[in-house]
Amino acid sequence: MFVINCPYCGEREQSEFKAGGEAHIVRPKQPTELSDDQWAEYLFMRKNIKGIQFERWVHTHGCRKWFNVVRDTSNDVIKAVYKMGEKPPTN
Amino acid sequence: MKNKYSIFSLVKNAFSYHENWEKAWKDPVPKKEYEAIIIGGGGHGLATAYYLAKKHNMKNIAVVEKGWIGGGNTGRNTTIIRSNYLWDASAGLYDHALKIWEGLSQELNYNVMFSQRGVMNLAHNLQDVRDLKRRTHANRLNGIDAVYLNTEEVKKFCPIINTSQDIRYPVLGGTLQRRAGTARHDAVAWGYARGADEMGVDIIQNCEVKGIKRNGDTVEGIETTKGFIKTKKIGVVAAGHSSVIANMAGLRLPLESKPLQALVSEPVKPIIDTVVMSNAVHAYVSQSDKGELVIGAGTDDYVSYSQKGSHDIVEGTLNAILELYPIFSRMRMLRQWGGIVDICPDASPILSKTSIKGLYFNCGWGTGGFKATPGSGDLFAHTIANDEPHKLNAAFNINRFVSGDLVDEHGAAAVAH
Repeated sequence: MFVINCPYCGEREQSEFKAGGEAHIVRPKQPTELSDDQWAEYLFMRKNIKGIQFERWVHTHGCRKWFNVVRDTSNDVIKAVYKMGEKPPTN
Repeated sequence: MKNKYSIFSLVKNAFSYHENWEKAWKDPVPKKEYEAIIIGGGGHGLATAYYLAKKHNMKNIAVVEKGWIGGGNTGRNTTIIRSNYLWDASAGLYDHALKIWEGLSQELNYNVMFSQRGVMNLAHNLQDVRDLKRRTHANRLNGIDAVYLNTEEVKKFCPIINTSQDIRYPVLGGTLQRRAGTARHDAVAWGYARGADEMGVDIIQNCEVKGIKRNGDTVEGIETTKGFIKTKKIGVVAAGHSSVIANMAGLRLPLESKPLQALVSEPVKPIIDTVVMSNAVHAYVSQSDKGELVIGAGTDDYVSYSQKGSHDIVEGTLNAILELYPIFSRMRMLRQWGGIVDICPDASPILSKTSIKGLYFNCGWGTGGFKATPGSGDLFAHTIANDEPHKLNAAFNINRFVSGDLVDEHGAAAVAH
């Protein structure tokens, strides 16, 4: 349980949000040309990192907007929050 | 040869105030090389080592565990055992395990307190009723005992359930598997550890794996906090940390690790003599031999290795418990904890070879791995020893995510993923 700083609404309880999994998985540009291996990679394979993870969240019980979060999955400490389309922080 | 546990050994040791019991397993220093190494000293890992030694005559093997054996999900689950899964592949896998459970205490000479008190799954809407009836039929076709109960029969089997049709999620019926039940989770790890140790398996605790050494597409050994250990076969049984080990080997897995919580109440006199689960309202409860209510909550929806879950998950579960069992309204909860479960997209496990020779993965059990412990160990040992899956775990290969031949058990997983 932790607090997420929604870029649109400010700090809110995590239970107001829904997690959307790993961020920056790019949808294939030419889906018809993908091999089964590439489909499996896109659909199912995940980094599932213990440590700093880039992920998507949606403020379901608030503004209902999607955004990105950088979180340490080993202790649930949030390092950064940034809007969709923005470049992920590098440090 | 270890001394057999019996009424006579109990009496004999009583005379020396139980101070001279033989150690159940040794605390060895790792050798330079093993025939096979199992990463992860939980129930599944220890069972794998036990069956490798017992059925495949591989005695020069080790189990490495970063903490203490049985200290992860083996000691954190709600101990429910059942095999009423929908698909043929799952039915084969879980019923194989259930059959081993039925003779496990005798086989291990260790009382795992396996209690076939039955598991009842409740239906709360018409779709639940249809799904559970379908599952009952599928179970029977696979030779698994299952009956469908109507509301009155549910009430008769477990009188404390509120079967009023006026509640938000009324009980419309349920399924019952009488051969299902519970077991003492710690005893399972300890029993397998003692059995494996007796056959010469080295159980190395406080030994964390830091790297997997590869030569091209073949494994050569593992780097650990106790130094490098050479081996040609590595079986990874690391549950929530499977992806961490996979990353060391440069392998990708279709897993997400999430917190799953459970809680127990203060001990009370016997009140519920079975296990009742409800997928729809997300609550399941049984009573331990000590008298505590053992309650399972759901998973959080985000990836976390923190072994802590959110309070609102527990609150949601307790709301459902109280509506189904108003008698528990004044119970106080003693302890609450979390474990990290590794969940596959189809809610079925992976028991498989990988693209790297000598590297095997047993993971993805999600929220329901405990019930499969003996079967998982047996089949994974077969896979490692023969470098080929047993026919019962062939469907649970890692390539199903490429071929699309998934084993979708979200409906039978009992905890919604």
